Amino acid sequence: MALTLEQVRHVATLARLALTPEEEQRFSTQLSAVLDAVAQLQSLDVEAVEPTSHATLAESLLREDVTRPSLPPEKSLANAPAKSGTSFAVPKIIE
Amino acid sequence: MQLTDLTMLELAAKLAAGAVSSEEATRACLERIRQVDPKVRAFLRVDEEGALVAARASDARRKAGNPASPLDGVPVGLKDIFLTEGVETTAGSRILEGFVPPYDATVVRLLKEAGLPLVGKLNMDEFAMGSSNESSAYSLTHNPWDLTRTPGGSSGGSSAAVAAREVFGALGTDTGGSIRQPAALTNTVGLKPTYGRVSRFGIIAFASSLDQPGPMTRTVGDTAALLQLIARHDPQDATSAAVETPDYSADLEGGVRGLRLGVPREYFIEGMDPEVEASVREALREYERLGATLVDVSLPHTKYALATYYLIAPAEASSNLARYDGIRYGQRAKDARGLKELYAQTRERGFGPEVKRRIMLGTYALSAGYYDAYYLRAQKVRTLIREDFTKVFKDVDAVLSPTSPVPAFKLGEKVDDPLSMYLMDVFTLPCNLAGLPGLSVPCGFTKAGLPVGLQVLGRPFDEARLLRIARAYEREHDFFLRPAPLRG
Repeated sequence: MALTLEQVRHVATLARLALTPEEEQRFSTQLSAVLDAVAQLQSLDVEAVEPTSHATLAESLLREDVTRPSLPPEKSLANAPAKSGTSFAVPKIIE
Repeated sequence: MQLTDLTMLELAAKLAAGAVSSEEATRACLERIRQVDPKVRAFLRVDEEGALVAARASDARRKAGNPASPLDGVPVGLKDIFLTEGVETTAGSRILEGFVPPYDATVVRLLKEAGLPLVGKLNMDEFAMGSSNESSAYSLTHNPWDLTRTPGGSSGGSSAAVAAREVFGALGTDTGGSIRQPAALTNTVGLKPTYGRVSRFGIIAFASSLDQPGPMTRTVGDTAALLQLIARHDPQDATSAAVETPDYSADLEGGVRGLRLGVPREYFIEGMDPEVEASVREALREYERLGATLVDVSLPHTKYALATYYLIAPAEASSNLARYDGIRYGQRAKDARGLKELYAQTRERGFGPEVKRRIMLGTYALSAGYYDAYYLRAQKVRTLIREDFTKVFKDVDAVLSPTSPVPAFKLGEKVDDPLSMYLMDVFTLPCNLAGLPGLSVPCGFTKAGLPVGLQVLGRPFDEARLLRIARAYEREHDFFLRPAPLRG
């Protein structure tokens, strides 16, 4: 299945990637090849099969809902590219 | 014989006897890294000071007769995917350049509590996406058995460092074969535990329903000892299994007499390297001689595993990697105008080509109109793949196969052909889809001297039996004694 340049641009927008024109071209070719390869799954009859979303093989456990210490603000902010007081700083969102 | 030639258990015995100190062992690793890592390039960063502080603390405990664990004082390395408090962690990506984690991953904490000096962070494919280590944004790691070839991936820094005897052992992670394939390509042992056996808390996520950390060492006994320290329930990982941890070393020498070992016909395919096939077939005959019964079995949906994996893993990755947006940590594009452009520019500059390719593929597979045809269908086929194993494990105790269809390939050989690179995982990824434990144990060399790995797959939480099966073979050969030549 061929992925058109237009589809590549749409997916890149969804994925928040500012691709270059060269990348758009390359991904269109490469992703089309991968989609061709995975198309073999279409030949299986899976109508009555339940999906597996997780390979958890043991019983899942719920833990007590109790408060625990969390990271202090200075540690949480230590890696921030930009900060303001005890907040992460971002560009202005509303003009 | 150098100190770094010892196995973890041999070093532990010397530490216990007071014949050598952890500081000496750690300094021996640091010296070995200075000597050989300029050629191998396994390390992204070495934490000399942290390792020596831990080593001296270990020596004090040993002196007081109070070791924290049987491996107290044995220096190991970590794939750069494990968060280490105060030590930069990048997952091989530019987008995390300079990121210094504010806390330790659970497995890192467990190793520290057990007294193991952590020597440094090991190279990897960017966000663990790759089978050759070539997608790392930082450096190219070379296979100690032939420096012109890949050490495998994505835990290729870990496999190379262990094979070059720069550390006594390491931790890697395995999403589709990223512990077992590099182990196979470097004459080392690698174990991917059952999904949920080892905590994922504090490990940079690739595909959350498939990721699992595990040991990479030179011997089966070392893998058992290292697994012992990290296999436990963790309340901070909701998928961590509350299953009791057995003594993985207790039955290690139990042999294979009377065991039924399945040989899946779908794992011996056209196109695999004839020398790899010959080595593995010879290992199978060896198991018969050792008293096991070989059983021809079928896992009929194996041929769909690659396609299933390359929809599910990228879909999960595209969602997991949404967090890298330049706001809370990592790199941020400086000249972007507005929030949307900041996101898109940060990600465009921060991610390498393989990561972008998988984000694109995953985003597409999850997008409106395609979800049912791709992602949901892949999840259904995943069920069929799991059921294949469930049926086979009613009849056999474990399944044997090659780990990788080919020995270590040349660096650069497959970089521009993603599909041929994805084929490197064809024998390892069904195990992740099914959540099962799997290990790779050395099973000889090609004529050119390249290592070959034998894969052992087992029932959920049956790691002890896998180790015993691998040990029965290892004991007959001792391939681990052979040093890597470190030549190109």
